[in-house]
Amino acid sequence: MTEAMVQIVDVVLLVLLAITGIAVIRTRNLFVAVMLAGIYSLVSAGLFVVMDAVDVAFTEAAVGAGISTVLLLCTLALVGYKESKPQHTPILPLFVVIVTGGALVYGTAEIPPFGGADNPAHQNVAAHYIHDSEDEIGHIPNVVTSVLASYRGYDTMGETAVIFTAMVGVLLLLSRGPLPKRVYHAGHWHKVKRGVTREDLIAEMEDEEVHDSTVVGGEDEDG
Amino acid sequence: MKMDDRVILRVGTKVLSPFILLFALYVQFHGDYGPGGGFQAGVIFAAVFVLYALVFGLERAMEVMPAKVAYACGALGVALYLGVGYLSMFRGGEFLNYSYLFDPEHDPTHGQHYGIIGVELGVLVTVFGVMVALFYAFAGRRRIDT
Repeated sequence: MTEAMVQIVDVVLLVLLAITGIAVIRTRNLFVAVMLAGIYSLVSAGLFVVMDAVDVAFTEAAVGAGISTVLLLCTLALVGYKESKPQHTPILPLFVVIVTGGALVYGTAEIPPFGGADNPAHQNVAAHYIHDSEDEIGHIPNVVTSVLASYRGYDTMGETAVIFTAMVGVLLLLSRGPLPKRVYHAGHWHKVKRGVTREDLIAEMEDEEVHDSTVVGGEDEDG
Repeated sequence: MKMDDRVILRVGTKVLSPFILLFALYVQFHGDYGPGGGFQAGVIFAAVFVLYALVFGLERAMEVMPAKVAYACGALGVALYLGVGYLSMFRGGEFLNYSYLFDPEHDPTHGQHYGIIGVELGVLVTVFGVMVALFYAFAGRRRIDT
């Protein structure tokens, strides 16, 4: 691709990104917002491809546009898709966003040109990876893999552990696990029979409650 | 919509699933030569089961891939990664220095090659298990109407 074509693609992708971002903010329908966020991820993946970061683009497309969209849709199925009207004025958040955005844009003035060979990022270990990974790691044409899995094996190990920790956290919060052997309800313990489903148990407890309040009502001093 | 109305979705899912799984393996083992690797492959692998659950329902998906297996995968991948690290340590090198996995005097890149395959497999297994487990955790809850 020539320089001009790359610039046209850049502009088109960035404009699409901006339109999607504004649309996400403006919509009150969370279903639409989730789908637009998926499109946002996909357009970002396209931008990463233009910047020759294909591994990152691949991950962004698979995780950002794929799995996280599905997880958000699952959440919407639980909480509903209508966003309630905000109760405060948007002045303060708008001010914070404008100041932060302005600072970031101001910061880009100091950023070295994209892809320049003299950039600080290319001065230290990057040159070593590109020159010597063939001898040290072997014939792996995708140097990203050599860096990720071997030179920085520690980091990738940490990332894998983080993903595992995320699973443990979500399961602790969301999963319901097996039923306990007995449950405490309405003042005394109930044995849970083998093979009873959770729905049956809840219905049984609700019946019990009605029963208790009608027959033994007013025995609150134990609890 | 009734289950029976979605013939194209059901048949399409069944036809596409093996190809998506194969593509995930391609992404995994082609990661040395092009974009890809354990993380992306794990997500694609998990996407097959997510797709299956969306089309055929969560219960049938849990018969194909029980939640306990997914949890076990999430832990096994980390163990595999650590195992490769400790193995290279016991062979005389540093933790995660794959050059020592095989005879380092002869050709250290040999060990590097298999070490990278090993840890990438660990990443694949963990990411796959975690993604499926997260999906089950989110999709398995009923809506509570207040």
